Parts: sequence; C-alpha cells; structure tokens
Amino acid sequence: MGKYPAEFLKIKMPLIELIDISKSYDGETVLDEFNLKIKENEFITLLGPSGCGKTTTLRILGGFVTPDTGKVIYQGKDITNLAPNKRPLNTVFQKYALFPNMNIAENIAFGLKISGKSKEYIDDKIKYALKLVNLNGYEKRSVDSLSGGQQQRIAIARAIVNEPKVLLLDEPLGALDLKLRQEMQYELIRLKKELGITFLYVTHDQEEALTMSDKVVVMNQGYIQQMGTPEQIYNEPENAFVADFIGDSNIIDGVMMEDRVVKICNHIFPCIDEGFGRNKPVDVVIRPEDIIIGKPGEGTIDGVVTSNVFIGVHYEMCIQAGGFEWLAQNTTSYPVGTHVSMRVVPDNIQIMNKPQSEDEEAMALDE
Amino acid sequence: MKKTFKGLYLALIVFFLYLPIFTLMVLSFNEGKTMNAWVGFSLKWYEEMFNNRQIMEALGNTFTIAFWSATIATIVGTIACIGINAMGEKKKSIIMGLNNIPLLNADIVIGISLMLTFLMFGISLNYGTVLFSHITFCLPYVILSVMPKFKQLQNLTYEAALDLGATPVYAFFKVVLPDIMPGIISGFLLAFTMSVDDFVITHFTRGAGINTISTLIYSQVKVGIRPTLYALSTVIFVIVLVVLIAINIMSNKKKEKNI
Repeated sequence: MGKYPAEFLKIKMPLIELIDISKSYDGETVLDEFNLKIKENEFITLLGPSGCGKTTTLRILGGFVTPDTGKVIYQGKDITNLAPNKRPLNTVFQKYALFPNMNIAENIAFGLKISGKSKEYIDDKIKYALKLVNLNGYEKRSVDSLSGGQQQRIAIARAIVNEPKVLLLDEPLGALDLKLRQEMQYELIRLKKELGITFLYVTHDQEEALTMSDKVVVMNQGYIQQMGTPEQIYNEPENAFVADFIGDSNIIDGVMMEDRVVKICNHIFPCIDEGFGRNKPVDVVIRPEDIIIGKPGEGTIDGVVTSNVFIGVHYEMCIQAGGFEWLAQNTTSYPVGTHVSMRVVPDNIQIMNKPQSEDEEAMALDE
Repeated sequence: MKKTFKGLYLALIVFFLYLPIFTLMVLSFNEGKTMNAWVGFSLKWYEEMFNNRQIMEALGNTFTIAFWSATIATIVGTIACIGINAMGEKKKSIIMGLNNIPLLNADIVIGISLMLTFLMFGISLNYGTVLFSHITFCLPYVILSVMPKFKQLQNLTYEAALDLGATPVYAFFKVVLPDIMPGIISGFLLAFTMSVDDFVITHFTRGAGINTISTLIYSQVKVGIRPTLYALSTVIFVIVLVVLIAINIMSNKKKEKNI
C-alpha cells in the first residue's frame, strides 16, 4: 500500500460527494438527508418522477440552490457555499438557455472569453466543439434559426468547451421528439466516451436512463430508492416503487414458503431467492415479457385472457388468473376469452421484502 | 359593394382622426389672425414663434424635462424590476399592485398631492420639482413595460451565464440587459411621451417662473390664442411624426437582419 499512495487515494476518493443534504421549500421537504458519491468518469443518472428532488440535487451541485443542511464536497474541498460562477462544473439546461442576442460562435465562446483564453485558442475550440456535436460551419448562424435538437447540441458544445470535470445535464432531451431523442442518446454516449468526463444526468424517462447510464439512481420523494447498474435496476428492483417505475411489471402479494419456493395466488412457483424465512409475506415482481403462455394445464397457473392489444413488437394481454390480473407480453396473439396457462422461469421471479411500516410504504408507492 | 363600404369606412375614420390636425397645420400658414378665413400664405407665425423667448423657453423645458425624467425613471425602474423579479410570488404581486395604483389615479390627485408634499417640506416650486414629479409618475409605466421581459427571461440565460463563469454583474450586462432591452426602450418612449403630454401635474408643481408648452398654451388661452401657437403645435407634430417613422424604419431593418 505504501507503494502508490497518491494513486490509491485518487481512486478511493469520489470526485463529488453529497453528504446529508436536506432542502425544503415552504415547509415541503424536497431532499431528506440525501447522500451520493460520484466517481470520476462515470455516467450517472438521477431518475424519478417529477418532484422527487432530482432537479434540486442538480441545482445544488450547480450552485443555484443552497441546501438547508449538509455539504457538497468536490475533490475533498467543501464547495457548499461557492458561487455558481466559481464552480468547476458546467450545466446543460432543460430549455437550452442559449443567449439569443449572440450568434452560435459567440454563445460557445462565452465561457472561454471569461476565463481569458486567446483568440486563436477560442476559435480552435469553437471549431472542435461544433465538429463534436455535428454542426460544422454553424458559427455565424443565429440562435433562432436552429431547430430544437440543434439548439440542444449547441448548449452541450457551449458547456464542454470549458472542459469541465463534470457535466450536469438537466433533462436535456425533454423537449425533443422521440426520434431525435433516440439519436441524441447515442450522441451523448459517444460524447461521453470521447471527452472522458463525468456526466450527471437527470431525467424522468426510464428508457433514457437505462440506455445511457453506467449507474442509475432511482429517486422518489427526496429519498434514494435504489442505486445500481441499469441491469440491476431493471432485473432486481429492490422495492415496489422501483419495479413499478422502471418498465411494466406485475407486483403481486406472495408468501415465501421456504428458500426457493414462493406461493402466489395459491400456486407454488419455484424461484431462486433465499433467506427470507418461512411463511413470510413478500412482494413478487414478474416482468410481463417473462410470462410464458401455454395450453391450459401445461403451466403453473391457469387463466383466461381478458384483453389483448397489439403494441408494435408484441401483443400485450391481461390474463385473469387466481384472483389477479396478470400483464403478459407475447409475440403470439391469444384472443380474448382463450383459456391459457402461465409459467415463469425461476430466474425471472424477483422477491422483495414488503415495506415494514406505513411510512416506508408511502415512501415507496406515492408519487 | 362590400369593398367600397370597407374603403369608405376606413376613409371616414382617417378623415376624422386627422382633420383637426390638418386644420391646425393649414391655419398656421394663414396670413390673417382669424380662425375661420383664409387670407393668404405666410410664414410669419413661424418667424414670430422662433423669436418668442417665452415659447422657446417652454419648448426647451418640455423636452429637457421629458428627456431627463424618462432617462432617470428608466434607470430607476429597471433596477427596481431586478429587485422585484428576485422576490417571492406573494411579495411580487403586492409590489406590482402598489405600482399599478398610481397608473389608475387621476392626474389631478397626483398633482395636488405632490404640490402639497413639496410645500409641506418647504421646497419651493421650480424646474426641479416638475422634474421630480415627472420621474414619479413615469416610474410605474417603466416598471410595467420592463417587468414582462423579466418574466419571459425566467432567469434561464442569467443562470446559464453564471454557470459558464460570469460574475453576476457581467452576466447582467452581457446577457440579461440585451434580452430586456426592448422593454427598456418602450418604457423610455412611454415615459417620454407621458412627460411631454402632461399638463395637470406640471401645472400644480411648476411654480411661478417656469412654463412647459402645455402650461404656456393654457395661460395664453385666457388672453386669446395667437396663431404662433398653431405654428408651435405643427412643429411638435412634425417632430413626433419624423421620430415615429424613424423608429419604425429602424425596427423593420433590425427584423430583416434577424431573418
């Protein structure tokens, strides 16, 4: 350990640390003792419904909001009360916030001029940034003449020319249409790879979060619900809120009979979870695409199809079985009224502890 | 049929709008002194006007008071808007309400109350008191025309500038000011015209020695108006017309440039 102490510390120490941050507006708590560590070169996404505190977190990092309590640590230094213009971070705002009285080149040069860079350096940087966001030759254009997607890319260019250690992105794709949004997602991933800087991304769009992030932080009511890789969040939701918020899912009351056996709707399903104890009530999450539909009697539980909608790649069906309406997706269509059976591969059954108290339940389920 | 009626209607409106001014302009070139008979073309009333010290002084007073009161009201009003914008919603609406009351108040009430206030504090009425009064009643107009621009701004570009390293002062002059400039200009023009237009408030706060065009004309009505004042009115009308046309052409050019 004495060999590379400096390097060791560098790896150990997070780039940004939020410690016990609380913030309330007019008596309404937005963040409650919020803690988060952000590592260097990470693409981290704060995901949650509106009002969950994700934008407030971002604004606290940007310096536009002062937390009531708690500390913001950047590279070991306390920057909680540092003015926004003194912070080594740059933000891409939801509504672009380009300066309409300046042309594109002037917009991009804004931060560089303030830091007193030479004219050649600035010109080079403008060219480089425009190339990076695929808008070569747009220097002299006015802001109004650009489409929403182009304006957003300029906003990104304007932020990254300053070479921030961290780029904060506040729902930057929220105002774009679906097609453009998907294109921009790939663009952002590419940018992240080329620049090698930390991205902190805020969104309420779960697809966006899963597509781009190294780490997703699911938030609700000022609390972190779950933190992990997109795969972990999707496949192993820790509570009903996360399961419900990320993708479609069936959340069913169940009883853990013993290790690796769960009873759902009075039918025994094999699963792979252990350590819950005997006869313990639990929440069971089953993704609709994991339900295997077959002829009656062939599966674990029998039911009747009550609705059937074609939604593109597959059919989405509701199946009434054992007193619960199951949501199932399948590429084969089963008409309404068909008697079917369902089974689930043990791997695809996710068992969660039921919330202990009412408070915890409210925290998990309320918007 | 419909088209001719439309044209006729428009012609009538324009006719009634501009007939009085046209009459005045024609009479200002009339050689005779009567109001109802054309004697012959002459520029003598214009000559008399430019040689009349009283009129020239009133003209000077009117426009210097208008310029300074509009300028000071615009600066003070814009600074006030920055403060109001930073307030919470509740405080903001209270302040805006307070701002709107003087707009609805009768001029005569403002005029008399200002006069009483000056006298109570032992301030003698002169050029200064008129200027101060004009700043006072122009201020709400400036705030009313600048404030919506701040609302449009929503602090977005200001925050973006801070984020890029600008100090608050630099961000204000580089980013906020250009965005709210149209509001500031229209506020200034509004204040300027209100000031030039005003008679009642000036009348109560001017004291003995000083006249503006409106108070001068008013005092001469009592002894009988000379056509010199027609000439004066014509000159003012033409100046305003030229300024208006110039502003329109300028803003049109700016629009074209942006497209």
